Amino acid sequence: MIRRVARLLALLAAISLAGCENWQSALQAHGASAISLKHLIIFIVAVCSIVWALVMVAMIYALARRRAAWRAPTELIPERERRMGRIVTACVGLTVVIISIFTLASFFTTRALSVAGSDDLTIRISGMQWWWGVQYLRPNPKQAFDTANEIHIPAGRNVHLVLEGDDVIHSFWVPSLAGKQDLIPGRINEITIRAERPGIYRGQCAEFCGLQHAHMSFFVIADEPQDFERWAAAQRAPATQASDEEIAAGRDAFMSKPCAACHSIRGTKATGTSGPDLTHVGSRKTIGAGLFETTRGSLAAWIADPQTLKPGNNMPLVPLAPEELRAISAYLASLK
Amino acid sequence: MTETIARAETLDTELDGTRLATALAQTWKTERGLWGALTTVDHKIIGRRYIVTAFVFLVLGGVLALLMRLQLAQPEARVLGPDRFNQVFTMHGANMMFLFAVPVMEAMGVYLVPLMVGTRNIAFPRLNAFSYWIFLAGGLLLWIAFALDMGPDVGWFAYVPLSGPQYAPGKRADIWAQMITFTELAALAVAVEIVVTVFKQRAPGMSLDRIPLFVWSMLVTSFVVIMAMPAIMVASTSLILDRLVGTHFFNPAEGGDVLLWQHLFWFFGHPEVYIIFLPAVGMVSTLIATFARRPIFGYLALVMALIATGILAFGLWVHHMFVTGLPRLGESFFTASSMAIAIPAGIQIFCWIATLWDGRPVFKTPLLFVIGFIVTFVIGGLTGVMVASVPFDTQVHDTYFVVAHFHYVLIGGAVFPLLGAVYYWFPKFTGRMMSERRGKWAFWLIFIGFHLTFFPMHILGLEGMPRRIYTYQPDLPWHGLNLFVSASALILAAGFLIFFIDAIISARSGNPAGDNPWDAPTLEWATSSPPPAYNFAHIPVVGSAYPLWDQPGSLNVASGLHSDRREIVITTITIAEPQARESSPQNSIWPLLTAITTTIMLIWSIFSPWAVVWGSIPVAITLIGWFWPSGTPEDEA
Repeated sequence: MIRRVARLLALLAAISLAGCENWQSALQAHGASAISLKHLIIFIVAVCSIVWALVMVAMIYALARRRAAWRAPTELIPERERRMGRIVTACVGLTVVIISIFTLASFFTTRALSVAGSDDLTIRISGMQWWWGVQYLRPNPKQAFDTANEIHIPAGRNVHLVLEGDDVIHSFWVPSLAGKQDLIPGRINEITIRAERPGIYRGQCAEFCGLQHAHMSFFVIADEPQDFERWAAAQRAPATQASDEEIAAGRDAFMSKPCAACHSIRGTKATGTSGPDLTHVGSRKTIGAGLFETTRGSLAAWIADPQTLKPGNNMPLVPLAPEELRAISAYLASLK
Repeated sequence: MTETIARAETLDTELDGTRLATALAQTWKTERGLWGALTTVDHKIIGRRYIVTAFVFLVLGGVLALLMRLQLAQPEARVLGPDRFNQVFTMHGANMMFLFAVPVMEAMGVYLVPLMVGTRNIAFPRLNAFSYWIFLAGGLLLWIAFALDMGPDVGWFAYVPLSGPQYAPGKRADIWAQMITFTELAALAVAVEIVVTVFKQRAPGMSLDRIPLFVWSMLVTSFVVIMAMPAIMVASTSLILDRLVGTHFFNPAEGGDVLLWQHLFWFFGHPEVYIIFLPAVGMVSTLIATFARRPIFGYLALVMALIATGILAFGLWVHHMFVTGLPRLGESFFTASSMAIAIPAGIQIFCWIATLWDGRPVFKTPLLFVIGFIVTFVIGGLTGVMVASVPFDTQVHDTYFVVAHFHYVLIGGAVFPLLGAVYYWFPKFTGRMMSERRGKWAFWLIFIGFHLTFFPMHILGLEGMPRRIYTYQPDLPWHGLNLFVSASALILAAGFLIFFIDAIISARSGNPAGDNPWDAPTLEWATSSPPPAYNFAHIPVVGSAYPLWDQPGSLNVASGLHSDRREIVITTITIAEPQARESSPQNSIWPLLTAITTTIMLIWSIFSPWAVVWGSIPVAITLIGWFWPSGTPEDEA
């Protein structure tokens, strides 16, 4: 009874939350892999629930059934022992059948998961404490480009991800699209994702990776193929030129301060690689690996005090005059 | 050795009951006061100490759990910062596994196995004393480090490279690794003692098919300990070498391998779960027989299931690594082997239900915990089958689904039986009963609180909440369930509070128990409660698996042991025929001194590799003291 109430409460809570954006949930599957995984999950959970219910019925009956007259503990009835032996054997046999079915179902589900071909889009993902490097590889190296923490893919196509750990182990997981896969230093892993329809899918590091493991999220944005091509062309281009004085001042401050030592902005002198590429940072949905929506204000706040907003991250506090801070954040926000 | 000439009047055959009891009490006694406490080798005193210490660590680990729930009750809460949170969850896991769950199960074995097999002390009693002191030192090391803000923060699994020299500066990871050395040393010592006790010290007549199931479970567990611990010792030693001496076992840039750590860790880490679970299974079988008022159904099947689980435990470690990118074929093999563990688990569940069905259950608190165990553990076992499936696992691995799963297995599967076992054996430990009324309160609060706390975590995991995050953002749909879980944790905590209050009150003023308050069938109930220092005035001789049911009234006994020296009966492994009289060591301070020198060496070695050289000298000196003949009658035998 109490367990049922507990389940009901849990279920109610889950339903009441379903109205929120469920953009990071294995149960809100929008990718080919995630959909077949969800079917497998539902099948196994359903069978297991039935098994549990049957065991409970048997146990409750065993406890509550009416009993014949008293007998001494060691007085066993041979006929009854034999019958129980047969029933237990049958139950064990049924267990073997069920787990065999599960094993086969797992095997065939894995085999059916789509695998990208060699001509599909390939993206190299590197996990770093605590952000994601994203590198679009193209047959023509000139068309390759870098970005960070945001992965655009064409909807309805297989996309091949090459996963590399740069410092410690991380795990790439976008539950609405596919199961997870680790990024391990010294190893290269691969995974194929495919979004069935355009949308924004949130992902998050799933392997404990240190202080800011909690704030190492990213977005996969599935676009219509033509939108994706437009986006890719824009990303390939070097950073936009300064369009006004404040932005130009911000660019100069960025280049003269330590910022450029860690960050790259293509088309400028900034070629650092230890922090995220900022060439088109203004076009990204969020900054700080999913920490804040990208606005001029959030950029300014982040630059002013990165250690309070994301304690332990590798971006140092760079002392800036207020006008420099304003200018740099205006410049970064302009990098669409 | 058995034919040593001894004065005939010291043989137990020559003394009447009272004089024999006085003589044995004198021979086996532990001195009063501090000196006695430090030198004792009585398995009951050490076992009790071990159990109490482990429960203290349970309380401390529980407080950490509540702190985490406080932090996670709200999105972006600031109760704990990321650094403190990482220490807290690492401490919670390491503490619960290494300082509570494994030691408490070993401790129950230390107390109960010698009584259940009808002998006077555990094998290697001084090693037993040493084991406790080393365990205590390891626990203190971990908790003092935590109090000094030096607690490990790399997870209880301490994956490299995060725990390696480059990403874990300071001494935190070394403290984790060295705490492992302490607790493994302690566990290995107990495992060896239990194997020898069960093989060689069983009461005459206790052939293999008459060994109580709890003893069987401790025997299998001990073998699992002996085979699993070397892997973690190799792993933690290699880690310390990487950190301290600059070796490159786990550094891919120098030809080392990151995944090697995970293989070594989980080759130990998965059997670790069964090291905790198998003794619980033995407790359940024992409790069910007593409270269903009939012998357990399927004794042979249950023993085979224990052994099968112990063997299969070593074939599943890769299911902790399903998302590391291992070859498909290997993954399929480990899916099959992981699912296969459901077969022995199923056999056990079905046999227990059959026993209850044919028996006439007496609904005392211990049985309630057993029923709670079945309800909960079946869920945990089934979610275990789920995560054994590679594709299923890729969606729930390292999420709250797994957190829910292993708490169902560890709390439902091991702590529930343990609490039932404490209610069951408390009268034997203390001579007093625990309260049925408070016991029922404790059970219901723990049972309900547990499910309300952990069931929703399955849903959180499927909704995408990863483990080990110190916070989450408000725009994620997890805050409702997290708040619910945190509130429910208070119910669970209240249940444990009542349990502890009950234990403390009952130990002081519970109803006197008598020798066998439950009319239980096994040998530990054939002596007084609490048992005398020598356990049994005469070594019992058994003719069945349930001697106190089959021979109500009085047991046959063996005689011919000396009463003026510590002597036990050695029997053969299979049919337990008496083989020899063997002496059992006297109290000694040397195990404590050896533990102290070992502790100094191990802690010193966190700071300098030379500690292993210089620190081994005092260890050698204390070991020589330990083994030096002291001219007691026991030495002659």
